[in-house]
Amino acid sequence: MKSRRRDAIDGALALLSVLLVVQMWLLTAALEADLAGHHEAALPGAVLSGLLFAACVALGLLAERVHARHD
Amino acid sequence: MREPSWRTDFPVATGDERMVTRRQFSRFLLLTSLGMFVGNLWILVRSRFRRATVYPELRVARVADVPVQGVKLFHYPGPDDPCLLIRTAEDTFVAYGQKCTHLSCAVLPKVAEGKLHCPCHEGWFAIDDGRVLQGPPPRPLPRVVLERRGEELFAVRIEGA
Repeated sequence: MKSRRRDAIDGALALLSVLLVVQMWLLTAALEADLAGHHEAALPGAVLSGLLFAACVALGLLAERVHARHD
Repeated sequence: MREPSWRTDFPVATGDERMVTRRQFSRFLLLTSLGMFVGNLWILVRSRFRRATVYPELRVARVADVPVQGVKLFHYPGPDDPCLLIRTAEDTFVAYGQKCTHLSCAVLPKVAEGKLHCPCHEGWFAIDDGRVLQGPPPRPLPRVVLERRGEELFAVRIEGA
């Protein structure tokens, strides 16, 4: 049971890392587009980044809850 | 037992090391994610409240100074911004910033081929609108907007700078 919990936390952390990489790419792409004068890309970039952040928070809370049960 | 010599050269005190827990790591990831989100918000705010840059007008050349397929170098808007004025046809003039959008090498006009060439990394731009045709440049060349007043050409602003 303990190892399954740890697996769940590790899985959540791995997914969190992947989402973070996507967010980094999104930031650089939005900045590149903005510097190129394509200002229309800023709004969808910010919205998508916000959604990814919300997903990261949800995963973080999930990991925290599993942690709390583990403790 | 004698300690290996590398331990004296590289005294790693394993006992003093602090492990990063999963909880700390997840918090670090969340904080970084928040940073990325704030960065995107900053780009959004920046793009919404951008003030239009006011460029000075500059007399670039007299029409007669530049022959068809001829090129004239000028500096706009500042003395450190080299630009190319190109007469592609009898009544058609185009002007672009000369710095390549890849790594700021000077682009060279190939008027007969209808292209601008960056020799540093083989970047090619279209002479008609400055778009990238080939190579590593990520963006079109900044275009200098020209106005013809009688027999004189004026640079009035830059697009895509």
